[in-house]
Formats: sequence, structure tokens, C-alpha cells
Amino acid sequence: MKKRKALMGVMASVLAFSMITGCGSNNNNAASNTGGNTGSSGGPKGDITVITQRTDIVDTVFKKYAEEFNKEYPNVNVKFQAITPYEDQIKIRMNSNDYGDVLLLPTSIKLEDTPDFFEPLGDLSELSKQYKGLEERSVDGKVYGIPITINYSGLLYNKKVFEQAGITKVPRTIDEFMAALKAIKDKTEAVPLYTNYASGWALTQWESDLTTVAGNVDYVNVTQPSTDDNFVKGQPHYELYKVMYDAVKQGLIEEDPTTTDWETSKADLANGKIGTMVLGSWALGQVQALTSTPEDIGFMPFPTNAEKVIVPLADDYTIGVSSKSKNKEAAHAWVDWFINKSGYPTTEGGGMSPVIGAELPATLKQFEGSDIAFEMQTPAKAGQEGLLDKIDKDSEIGLWQPDFKKRIIEAAIGNTNESFDDIMKDLNDAWVKSRAKFAK
Amino acid sequence: MSYKTQRKVIIFAFSAIPVILLFTFAYLPVFNMIKYSFTNWDGLSKHKEYIGFDNYKAIFTDPKYFSVFKVSLYYFVATFVQMGLALYFATILSYKLRLKNFFKGILFFPYLLNGVAIGFIFLFFFRPDGTLNTLLDLVGLGNLSHKWLLDTSTVNVALAGTSVWRYMGSNFIIFLGAISSIGKDVYEAADIDGANKWHQFRHIILPSIKKIVQLNLILAISGAISVFDIPYIMLGGSNGSNTFVIQTVDLAFKYGKYGLASAMAVVLLIIVIIVTLVQRLVIKGDD
Repeated sequence: MKKRKALMGVMASVLAFSMITGCGSNNNNAASNTGGNTGSSGGPKGDITVITQRTDIVDTVFKKYAEEFNKEYPNVNVKFQAITPYEDQIKIRMNSNDYGDVLLLPTSIKLEDTPDFFEPLGDLSELSKQYKGLEERSVDGKVYGIPITINYSGLLYNKKVFEQAGITKVPRTIDEFMAALKAIKDKTEAVPLYTNYASGWALTQWESDLTTVAGNVDYVNVTQPSTDDNFVKGQPHYELYKVMYDAVKQGLIEEDPTTTDWETSKADLANGKIGTMVLGSWALGQVQALTSTPEDIGFMPFPTNAEKVIVPLADDYTIGVSSKSKNKEAAHAWVDWFINKSGYPTTEGGGMSPVIGAELPATLKQFEGSDIAFEMQTPAKAGQEGLLDKIDKDSEIGLWQPDFKKRIIEAAIGNTNESFDDIMKDLNDAWVKSRAKFAK
Repeated sequence: MSYKTQRKVIIFAFSAIPVILLFTFAYLPVFNMIKYSFTNWDGLSKHKEYIGFDNYKAIFTDPKYFSVFKVSLYYFVATFVQMGLALYFATILSYKLRLKNFFKGILFFPYLLNGVAIGFIFLFFFRPDGTLNTLLDLVGLGNLSHKWLLDTSTVNVALAGTSVWRYMGSNFIIFLGAISSIGKDVYEAADIDGANKWHQFRHIILPSIKKIVQLNLILAISGAISVFDIPYIMLGGSNGSNTFVIQTVDLAFKYGKYGLASAMAVVLLIIVIIVTLVQRLVIKGDD
């Protein structure tokens, strides 16, 4: 009897103890299992987890990708996880060791911290013969991410609405553009320029048109971090957001921006209830899919007063391999296959393939031979990589955040007492103050 | 092993698990948060520098971090509306009533809904051509219709109203539970003495559930200070609806200032503790 009682006590404490240690022993098992798999002959083997932001197609298109992939690599079992909002969620997961084998590199991690989390994919000098857009995620000559597609940014517009408004030529300058928006308001039922204020992220699309307004591929990464006059009258940022302010001030946007909905706006653009939206190439396919006459949806460069019209090409997310991956060989194989053979960059991604020499997508072919140039932005100067980001975060300006864009719209509607110049001055002051901390 | 030691072992073993869980998921994060609040960590980097009280200095010297507390006033006022309504419905539904359980269900239902869903429902509700304005038109109050979320004078009222709609059910159910624990014989005696329903409420119900009212008040006020979900989902804190917690989340996730955000969270924790203590002192009952 006494023995049994003692046993119970022991068992209870074992139970408690195993709760604590349970996780630890599991990890060890997992490590030894997969360790045995890699390195054997006949190509990579084992399980990999691919994390994606595309919640919409993870169970359809990506499943097909896995089947295709398995034809070449039959011993790799690919699992997918789609997370949203990608950026926030993945950053939290990256504090653990479990953030998949293949994933998109969050844009907001510091460039110099990249090697802590990701495997190098190769030397920049070698790989750049093969791919475009690698500079964004390269540290000390090593590449950590390849863009899943290369986007171009500008405005999507409905050609039917433009016709109804009597606009015969696609507006090129800012004045022509404002006149076009007015004409849409006067002559049609459509909303001239839809801001998608409520979604927040859609407003950040404006920032990608900075290069077009500047008319210079150097502006974003080279000129901007070395100037104190970033939000001053006459400078690209001022001119870019003045378009936004003026459009709101003149009532050329949706009736109540606080209650808009992104999904509805896509359908409205497709059906001619909206004239224009500031977006990137990635949205073109999504909007065209919602109408029976996809040829009505056009792309145009953002209006600019610069001499040359440059449509900026920019990396979408870049894809890379986790440094904590237990199956790196298979993960590398997936990255390689995904970029080169899946077709994602041009089909689902909707932009240009990062592979050098790949065919241009159809929407871009129409601009061949015109005076519109599609160009990559110049990467930051050596020693200045990540500087722009540091200034941006420290100053809480948020070039790629919706905050100050919302502020501009609120001011233009008349909800706050700020003028456009007040906001710009405020941003510039914050810019100057933070730049002084980092720029030597 | 004697019965006594056996009992001790069992008690220890069974309380160890909840204590470990509590420690791992409640206390450890708070300790870490306090630690982070003295660093300039960006939430991801392997390097963090200890910068002393700089984060706290920033919070208390830069007015933009603290000014958002005035938005909390809307929710503070709404708290009393919420408590009043909850108490009113709880009292009514504690009497004999037809379809009593049906009404209980209806009142409690919003609390069961997911906050995100509620946010989206009310986005449609407050649209210019949305439910609220349509309703106003129908009953002939069309001149009251409004762009509720666009107008800075109504945006916080609308959001606080949504919040009341959502959380009233939880207050209501707690009150109802407390009221139903009052013995039937007390009411019977009151009826015999000729007390009407109002008298019963004032002299029987309210004194009996005083403790619960106080508890709900503490919960509701600390909720008003740390309001987050409804304004974040509906407007992302824009158009003047920004609150302290939204600001904290923005700093941590948009601008990678985990250190500063942790410091703000510590400040919020301290404020909530102080408010709770003050409340306890002010409405000190006979314990």
C-alpha cells in the first residue's frame, strides 16, 4: 500500500516535469531525423515548408506547383503555409527557429541583419549574370534573396471612363492629369481617383512613383539619403503628394474614404465606376480578371513634369532560404525551380521575371518603342545600404507606411487644421533631425 | 509515505503546472517587456543596446505620444453608458418576462462575435449609403444622416458606440448572474411591504450586487484606457481615432521600435494599476 502511494506522488511529479521538458526532446528528434535524410544520393530528400503571402492561391496554384516540382524532385515533400498580414506575422515567427525552409524576406528587417536569418544563395557577381534585382538583399557580395517578380508602378485606369470623359490622350504631365480627373468628374459618374484610404496599404503605392516624379533613377536610393531637402517645395516628394492633396481638395476622390473596401474597389475599377487608382503591375491581372472586357483596363505611368518618363521597376518580395532550415538542399532546389520554371513571376506575380533574357509580359510590350523608359532604381551607394531605412524608421516618417498619406487626405478634406505645407515641413524637420544622427 | 506528505506531494504537483504556465505566459513576458523597455531593440536584430531611461524620457517629453489619451475619454464616457444599459437590461430580465431567454441570448450574442467581424460589420453600418443612414431615412430622420466615420466630431462617438454594442453583453451576463443569486423571499417580503420595482432595484438589487458593479467598473475603465480592437480594425487609428495601444503597436511593428513600444506598454500598465488603486480607494466599501 505504501509503495503504491509513493508511486502516485512520483508519477504526478514526473507528469509535471515532462510538461517542461517535452518540447526539448521533440526538437532533438526532429534534428536527427532530417539530418539523416540530406546528403544521400539521388537529389534532395525530405520535407520542406514554404511560407507565402498568397493566401488566395495557396491551396490551388501552389498545390499545382508542388506537383510540377515533384516531377523533378520526387523525394521532396513540399508543404505550404500562407500567412497574412505577412510582414508582421513572419517577423514575430523569426524570433523562433521555426520560420519554414523557404520564405519571403520581410522588407523591414535591417539589411545587415539578413545573414543572421537567411542562407546565402551565392555570390552577387556570379548570380547577377543570371538574375535582376538582387542588390536589394545582398550583404558583403552575397545574395540572400531573389525577387519573386519585378513590379512596375503607376496608375491603373479604365479606358472606357477616359473615353466617356473625352480624354483622347493619356495624360503625361501633372497638369494634364488633374485636367483629366476633372473631366471625369464633370462628364461621367465615375470616381476620378480612388484612394483606398481605409485599407491603408494601398496609399503606400504612391511612394513607388517617386522615381517617375523625380525623373531620375538615382533619386530614391542615392540622392534622397544625402539631402536635407526631402520634403521641400520643388522636390519629388512634395510634388508627388501635392497631386494627392489637390485631388482630395478638389473632391476628385471617393465620397467617404474612411469606409472604402479594397476588394470592392477592384470590381468598381473593372466595371467603370472608378477612373484611376495608383497601383502596381501586380494588380493589373487581379482587376482584369473581374471584367469580361479586360482590354479596357490600362496601365499608365504616374504623371510627371520631368523631361523623361521613367516607370520604376522594383523588386516584389524576395525569396530566400532560412538559415535554420534542416533541409537546405531541397530548399535551394525549390527557390531555383520557383523562379525559373514555375512561371509565377509573370503569371501570378503579374510583373516581369527576374531572370535575365526572359520574355516581357504583354502589358509592357505595348510601350516598346515609346519614350517611356522602364528602369531599375540605382541601388544605394556602397556604405549607404540601409541608411534610408534607418532614417525613415528613426524619424517615424514611414515612407512605406500609410500614416502621413492619411494625414494629407484628412487635411485636404478639412478634418484637421493643417495645410499641405505644414505637413511637409513637419516631415522634413523629422527627416533632417534623424538624418543628422546617421549620415556622416 | 504518510497521508499528510502524500497530500503535500499531490498539491504541489497539481499546482506546479498552472504556476509554471502562469509564469511562462504571463510573468516572463512582462519581465522581458520591462527589460526591452530599456533598450533600442527593433524586435528582430541580434544586437540590442541598453539606453537607460531614454525611451521613457521620449514618451513623457514628446506630446505626440501622450496626446492620444484624450481619445480614451470617449470610451471612458461610453463605459458608463455601457454599465447603465447592462444593469438596466439585467434588472428587467431578472423579473418574470415572456421570451426572457430569447432576449438574454440576443443581448449576449454580440460578445460572442469575433472583434474583426464586428469591425467590418460596423464599417458597412456607418457607410454614407449604409445601414444607419438608411434606417434614419426610413424613420424620417434623413436630415440626421451623416458620414459618421469621416466627420471628426462623430468618428470617436461612432467607434465608442460600436464598443458599447460589443462589450455590453459581458457586463450584462455578469450582472444577471449576480442578481439571480438574490433570494426570492426578499422580493416576496418587499412585495408585501408594497415596494414597487424601482424601490426593489434601489434597496434590494443594487446593494446586493455592489461588489460586482465595482468589479465591472474597474474592468470597464481599464478597458477604456487600453482600447484597441475596434478603432484599429475599422480605421487603423486614422482620422483622429488613434489610441495609446494602437500607437504602441504601430511603433513596434511599423517602425521597429520595440524598445520604445515596450516602454509605452510599461507606462500603460502602471497607469492601469494606479487607476485601479484610486478607484478602490474612492469607492471603498464596507469589506
